[in-house]
Amino acid sequence: MGSLRITTAGDRDLVMTRVFDAPRKLVWDAHTKPELIKRWLLGPPGWSMPVCEIDLRVGGAYRYVWRHDAKGDVMGMGGVYREIQAPERIVATEKFDDAWYPGEAIGTLVLTEQGGRTTLTNTLRYESREAREAVLKSGMESGVEAGYNRLVDVLAETAGAAS
Amino acid sequence: MQAAHRLDAVFAALADPTRRAILARLATGHASVTELARPFAMSQPAISKHLRVLEHAGLIARGRQAQRRPRRLVPARLGEATRWLERYRRLWEGNYRRLDALLEDLKARETTWEA
Repeated sequence: MGSLRITTAGDRDLVMTRVFDAPRKLVWDAHTKPELIKRWLLGPPGWSMPVCEIDLRVGGAYRYVWRHDAKGDVMGMGGVYREIQAPERIVATEKFDDAWYPGEAIGTLVLTEQGGRTTLTNTLRYESREAREAVLKSGMESGVEAGYNRLVDVLAETAGAAS
Repeated sequence: MQAAHRLDAVFAALADPTRRAILARLATGHASVTELARPFAMSQPAISKHLRVLEHAGLIARGRQAQRRPRRLVPARLGEATRWLERYRRLWEGNYRRLDALLEDLKARETTWEA
């Protein structure tokens, strides 16, 4: 449903926006119920999520662990909930166990519903510009090179949205 | 400029909608400052300021024609920055496609969930 937009804002923020063809309550559940999170928050192919623990209250912690089933690699992250307003807003800290960027990030998830569709905006604020850059660079390890044509499309899209 | 600072300059330059629109225009070919200013309700000095930011980031360069000095896109620099965003985007798009499927599943079973 729609395509994901990722932009940088200010010095430290990464902003993701995506529309889902479902009521907000369901998108909220999919972000807060471990048995549902485990079905989609998996990253690149080959990874599963054996651990997903959530203590959904302000000051409560969450813990995610992913495992590459063939190679056995394990990657974990977690944080603490700072704000919870069901079913529209969650603010939580996040830090990977083997963080390749300095400090922890603060994620703000906002869900708005219109006509049965939900717009998700996830803003990640890193500790510094350098941290955000390290996160973006890590994306280079996998995936296929985006062609120059695709780049022009992206620009045309953002320019269109801006005017 | 060091690689890290250069990338910062690129992301800062891309954070502004007017500057993204200018890049989109230059992706279709060279243009003079006057041509670039035309679609915007903005003075030429204001546009020139945006062009300086883009130039500083290495995203655009000036042509050699003495009078017009048309600006042109420097694709390599832009490619470097957007490639990073694109890879990150692909990772999350994979997650969100699975979430789409899950949500379809939940919608179908919604009565059961509420019961």
